[in-house]
Amino acid sequence: MSETKTYTVSIYTENNVGLLNRISAIFQRRKINIESLNTSISEIEGVSKFTIVINLTEDRVKKVIGQLEKQVEVIKAYYHTDEETIFLETCLFKIKSDLLFEERQIQNIIKESSARIVTVNKEFFVLEKAGRRSEIDLLYRELSAFGIMQFTRSGRISVSKEEMKISSMLAEFAE
Amino acid sequence: MDTIQTIKLQDTAVEATQRLTGKEAIIKCLLAEGVDTLYGYPGGAIMPVYDELYKYQDKLHHVLTRHEQGATHAAQGYARVSGRVGVAIATSGPGATNLITGIADAQIDSTPMVCITGQVASHLLGSDAFQETDIIGISTPVTKWNYQITKASEIPEVLAKAFYIAKSGRPGPVLIDITKDAQFEEFDFVYKKCKAVRSYKPEPKLNPDSVKAAADLINNAKKPMIVWGQGVILGKAEEEFKAVVEKSGVPAAWTILGVSAIPTDHPLNVGMVGMHGNYGPNVLTNECDVLIAIGMRFDDRVTGNLETYAKQAKVIHFEIDPAEVNKNVEADIAVLGNSKETLAALLPLLEEKQHTDWHNRFKELYQIEYDKIIKDDITPEKEGLTMGEVLEGINKVSKGDAVIVSDVGQHQMIACRYAKFNKSKSNVTSGGLGTMGFALPAAIGAKMGAPDRPVVAIIGDGGYQMTIQELGTIFQTKVPVKIVVLNNDFLGMVRQWQQLFFDRRYASTEMVNPDFVAIAKGYFIDAQRVSKREDLAGAIAEMLTAEGPYFLEVKVEKEDNVFPMIPTGASVSDIRLE
Repeated sequence: MSETKTYTVSIYTENNVGLLNRISAIFQRRKINIESLNTSISEIEGVSKFTIVINLTEDRVKKVIGQLEKQVEVIKAYYHTDEETIFLETCLFKIKSDLLFEERQIQNIIKESSARIVTVNKEFFVLEKAGRRSEIDLLYRELSAFGIMQFTRSGRISVSKEEMKISSMLAEFAE
Repeated sequence: MDTIQTIKLQDTAVEATQRLTGKEAIIKCLLAEGVDTLYGYPGGAIMPVYDELYKYQDKLHHVLTRHEQGATHAAQGYARVSGRVGVAIATSGPGATNLITGIADAQIDSTPMVCITGQVASHLLGSDAFQETDIIGISTPVTKWNYQITKASEIPEVLAKAFYIAKSGRPGPVLIDITKDAQFEEFDFVYKKCKAVRSYKPEPKLNPDSVKAAADLINNAKKPMIVWGQGVILGKAEEEFKAVVEKSGVPAAWTILGVSAIPTDHPLNVGMVGMHGNYGPNVLTNECDVLIAIGMRFDDRVTGNLETYAKQAKVIHFEIDPAEVNKNVEADIAVLGNSKETLAALLPLLEEKQHTDWHNRFKELYQIEYDKIIKDDITPEKEGLTMGEVLEGINKVSKGDAVIVSDVGQHQMIACRYAKFNKSKSNVTSGGLGTMGFALPAAIGAKMGAPDRPVVAIIGDGGYQMTIQELGTIFQTKVPVKIVVLNNDFLGMVRQWQQLFFDRRYASTEMVNPDFVAIAKGYFIDAQRVSKREDLAGAIAEMLTAEGPYFLEVKVEKEDNVFPMIPTGASVSDIRLE
């Protein structure tokens, strides 16, 4: 049996209420934990894209892809390894504004991590950082020492190196 | 015939725009799809639709079942024998949740069905209103597709899509939930048949290379074996299949949903595979050199232990659903597509063969099974009646022309093993889900879907009592179904397992049963009970020649077991004869 790996599943779908439930049920039924999930528009008008990260054997990922593609409102599903995609996550830190002036080190951390200050007011400032999970984790550890008021990290977003031929598939249908 | 009628109905319904209410539009859609019979139960949120059904009684036969579960099974029975879409209708809340078992059954057995549920008014959604339940959420994992309509203007397009999805490709159940306000709302109605959905590919494109590769493998095989499933019947590919079997000379075995695609006594039909299937096809699955799976999904009840299943064989999988390929058994060659198309493409590439020696292996093993099991099952010499002799008795009168509807358990395995079939779509049973209570309502639908054929329900005393209230439906509609309860006063299959694997600890399997004949008579259904061999043939003849519905209880041996048997986790070739 093949080993467990991190896979990014990209699902192109119609934009309909209830589809998230239908898709998540496929993972739930097989007791597969969804590590992260993101939904957005795609490069094609009227087509949505789910980006789901799971840790699984390739054998099982293939079967999940089969079940996903079987759904009426799923146009196409793909799976890729980390090496086959360009991916990142984004996160927001809310931190007390005093610290920005009192703790010189925070300014260095921000500079070195190439995080961006989104807003500053008297009480707090908000820091945004996009990147790999390890970079975000590192920043989190560094800032934790000073106290984080709020933290949120997004699901993974990714694009594949290879083409995902949705447009040509849809064009075929239009014929 | 059906198809032509359907098309005509559709043609008349298309084009003209009319100002209609949602409830009337629903009826117009059903008529446009060629629906003539539907099964259901009224209630608050679906009352507007029932009000329309009242007006359209001459065109749409609504059958009032005694429970919504019965409505789904009846719709399934109707669909399975007719090849058309079964329709069930119910109100919101408990009405809708009661449909779920039948929907799950239709999903796993690929039965085309459209369920329509009423829903609370759209402004009440999510407010915990009376009889509100999230039926879309609940039904999602067990439907091929589902959708909630909150505006009347959505009705024509969504219902057209529902029927198209239910019956195309690998068929399945679709649930459409319609809020009460949408049923009352007026809109400009125009109906167009759905012909395609852009994100949905019902049938994979046929790849001629895969067909060629399959033919080469079959032509060069020394010991090939076919296992076919319901895909042959659902693809309406019976003729193509028969031609393939006869030309290639390959012994062909069936799953319980595939049986009747070719006649039981066809010389190349070698019987049933799986847990209680025939000895020969199970043992020889692990000896064949090429295993040709056609329209079947390698269910665990068919394969036994996958680690030791047909490992010596090259596997060819003819399948319409790409997700089934390599799901349980790796295919060396997958031929994707509708079985009618793929088998038609295969036929001219096949060489004519006999495989006489290989056939003789099946015959030898059949003889062993006959001597050890079948003989005592169908022509017993012991005192107690057997389930097998009841089936044999029915065969003698029906001559294989009856539709047999079985429930779940020992009697089901016996019915599938011994019933004779001459015509396709003749075995209606709950295969994948194993739903006790399926048979009685399914038989009602089956008789309505095939009114010219005798329909015999074979049910155990346990499953019978799960939907026994449908006797009321039979009484009211006078649908002439024949009901045979094989009564051993036990949940026989569970008891068998307790005997074999749990040291005879019969936990909650013995049943203290009521007077079933009196109950049937309470519904004014002719009924009798048989407990002696000399009375059996006469009772079966009386039942099958009776004009109306008929109930026959046969008191069978209490602790008989069904053999052969592949114990859970064992290999198909380790099938036990005792």
